Amino acid sequence: MRQVDVLVVGAGPAGLAAARLAAAGAGRVEVLDREQQAGGVPRHCAHGGFGTWSRPLTGPAYARLLADAAVRAGAVVRTGVTALDWAGPLALTTVSAAGPETITARAIVLATGARERPRTARLVPGTRPAGVYTTGELQQAVHLHRQPVGTRAVVVGAQDVSYAAADTVRAAGADVVAMVTELPRAQTASVRALDARLRRGIPLLTDTTVTELLGHGRLSGVRVHHRDGRTATLPCDTVVFTGDFVPDHELARRGGLPLDPGTRGPAVDGVLRTARPGVFAVGSVLHAVESAATAAREGAHAAEAVLAALVGAEWPDGVPLTVDPPLRWIAPNRVTPADRHPYVLRTAALLTRPVLHVTQDGRLLHRRPLRSAVPNRTLTLTARWTPRVDPKGGPVRVSVA
Amino acid sequence: MTGAEAGQRDVRMTGAETGQLDGRTTVTERGPLPAVTYDVAIIGAGVVGSAVARALARHPRLRVALVEAQDDVGQGTSKANTAILHTGFDAVPGSLEARLVREGARQLAAYAAESGIPVEPVGALLVAWDEEQLAALPRLAEKAERNEYHAARLLGPAELYAREPRLGPGARGALHVPGESIICPWTTTLAYATQAVRHGVDLHLNCRVEQASRQDGSHVLKTSRGALRARRLVNAAGLHADTLDAQLGHDDFTVTPRRGQLLVFDKFARTLVHHLLLPVPTALGKGVLVAPTVYGNVLLGPTAEDLHDKRATGSTADALAGLRDKGRRILPALLDEEVTAVYAGLRAATGHDDYRIRAHPEQAYVTVGGIRSTGLTASLAIAEHVTGLLTETGLDPGPERELEPVRMPNLGEAFPRPYQRPDLIAADPQYGTLVCHCERVSRGEIRDALAATIPPRTLDGLRRRTRARAGRCQGFYCGAAVRALFEEAGA
Repeated sequence: MRQVDVLVVGAGPAGLAAARLAAAGAGRVEVLDREQQAGGVPRHCAHGGFGTWSRPLTGPAYARLLADAAVRAGAVVRTGVTALDWAGPLALTTVSAAGPETITARAIVLATGARERPRTARLVPGTRPAGVYTTGELQQAVHLHRQPVGTRAVVVGAQDVSYAAADTVRAAGADVVAMVTELPRAQTASVRALDARLRRGIPLLTDTTVTELLGHGRLSGVRVHHRDGRTATLPCDTVVFTGDFVPDHELARRGGLPLDPGTRGPAVDGVLRTARPGVFAVGSVLHAVESAATAAREGAHAAEAVLAALVGAEWPDGVPLTVDPPLRWIAPNRVTPADRHPYVLRTAALLTRPVLHVTQDGRLLHRRPLRSAVPNRTLTLTARWTPRVDPKGGPVRVSVA
Repeated sequence: MTGAEAGQRDVRMTGAETGQLDGRTTVTERGPLPAVTYDVAIIGAGVVGSAVARALARHPRLRVALVEAQDDVGQGTSKANTAILHTGFDAVPGSLEARLVREGARQLAAYAAESGIPVEPVGALLVAWDEEQLAALPRLAEKAERNEYHAARLLGPAELYAREPRLGPGARGALHVPGESIICPWTTTLAYATQAVRHGVDLHLNCRVEQASRQDGSHVLKTSRGALRARRLVNAAGLHADTLDAQLGHDDFTVTPRRGQLLVFDKFARTLVHHLLLPVPTALGKGVLVAPTVYGNVLLGPTAEDLHDKRATGSTADALAGLRDKGRRILPALLDEEVTAVYAGLRAATGHDDYRIRAHPEQAYVTVGGIRSTGLTASLAIAEHVTGLLTETGLDPGPERELEPVRMPNLGEAFPRPYQRPDLIAADPQYGTLVCHCERVSRGEIRDALAATIPPRTLDGLRRRTRARAGRCQGFYCGAAVRALFEEAGA
């Protein structure tokens, strides 16, 4: 059994940022990652959009930057190490090529990320041919392993990650036959959607679902169904299921940490404390998914709270923070009056000029008009209202008026 | 990637790992077949065909061919079933099936322990949800007695809910059959075939039998890879057994493919259920089961759809929705978990109540037809029965030897997996390097599978042997890395 001060599980943007800042103020800070390279999902996002306005980076460059910064700050980053289970409230069992090891810590930060739901979890019927991907597998196949991916691909989804998947398909030398979304419009910046449609000639089928995969051995096509009843078969040898992220919450669940029913990630308060004293959670495991920048910012916020906890700061309970439909979830999802970092939310339905109301026990805490709300895109809410929360009161609710 | 692209590995010289005296094993996947006349050719490398091949491998003088249309063993009904090691408590008393299931269950339990095939004796509960089903339970208990199974016991609702607290409301009682177990069907077939090949049986894959005929006292099989000659023939062609039987002039049975669609739930669901929850068969048909798997998942299914197309192994939206509705009643919390896999298997339904195993001595031919879902359990006993029929009808098997045992990689959660074995990792760090994180499959296991006696020809074959990519992410994290290892080995 080995003892560290702070143990971070997951060397993606959130975990590395937390480790970098914690290392500046704590003794031994160790980051574990089960992959052979640190960096998390940006490792295989071979496109721009990472870094800062003044210093734009590709995903892999950003991943390297974060990992180097954590190491320079004094954190120990160990790859090829899997955290298997809990050996106590603040202890984890691990395995690596060096064998099993139990590590105890004074604080544990879960930064285990999120994944896209595969075809099976989405219950898309049909045969089980080769050529069925998620964006995560596709990007690794193309950018990390230079594997061929077929010639004609259908991309399921029309959100940011879907357009990244379409770019990856094209980078691999294949054509995108169509993008398919069950929603009435694309869920990305309109310039990006227009560019894909007009300049790259990729049709976007809206109000459309994939109802069946066809083909024995290799995919031969997908059957699609439009809301108005029309059906068609799109011949293709590759299909990419994009988006529909779920948190990778295995370690949180094994540890019996309460999950938020909306996000399915561990429930945390405004400084990312879970229900268990000493255990924090950051990044996409809390809200599948937000940008790498959001994840890194959260890691930094959590580091402050980790350092405070190491010197004996209290561990308040907070009250639940919930959303009413058509909102899907909010994170963080517990609130204390001291919380000051902004919240992220998602809606299930397209909303025009919605007004968010934050209430507790029927008392209006905050009112915020928005221009619009689009499914699969980030909505934010300030934390300016948290001082008005009664820590002994009922759940705080966010609803749309 | 298809098997053909995976690289030529026709004759593998892997003497060091085999128990065969001359150390040579033959597994072919393309090219012409050997120009020899085999003593016995077995058509179909499913669980039954592979078991027969293994039984004949005891006789070193016999030249035996195991001929398979697909690119791997166990690719038909053998891979897509409910993975139960039955007691035979509900067979038709006095039938051949009842006897072979009873004997086979004992033999397979012993073989599994010796070979490292995961088995968990979880026991079954036949849960009655209405008056009619409740009334059927005593009759089933009595049938179990007539099948020489004496441990079945009726449970009232209190005892039932004590055993399965997460069961949905409204269960009236159950029949407890403690001897029913769950098993890895895939490893079973691979173990038989591996042992057979290591003892000199030739396995020919991608070898579809297109026409069977007899010339000069021998069988001449026209296959997709050319002609294959054999003195005796065993038809273990599963779904296609009737077609082959008809080519040899018989009309004993017709195989109707009966599709069973199944949902595999996330490993988080495993703690919700402790037994096999079986439906009570009534006049209105059979319901669906909820079954733990040895891999630590939970199965829900199967449907039972009589079809005509023997390739219709797709799932359908209606069936999946129907299964979920039924599952919600049996184990409501199950539906809160993610679905890890969906598959559909075709059972070889014949409309007969018993196996159709027939010897045709004048043709030096044995048909092993109508092997239903109990075939996995009965496989070793079926193999002995078929070997007996072959010798009774004139096959001189020559001297007999003990087979060298096989030791299969453990895919079961009830036994230590390589990542849980410090001794193994200390000896070879590759067992501590995890590639597939959801199923915790190490690089060492993938390497071993790729170098095994019967290596995988496809990524799906690798998945069945190791569980790599079989978990909840379905390759989001590891898919590309697993493929890279596979392609590296094939190059």
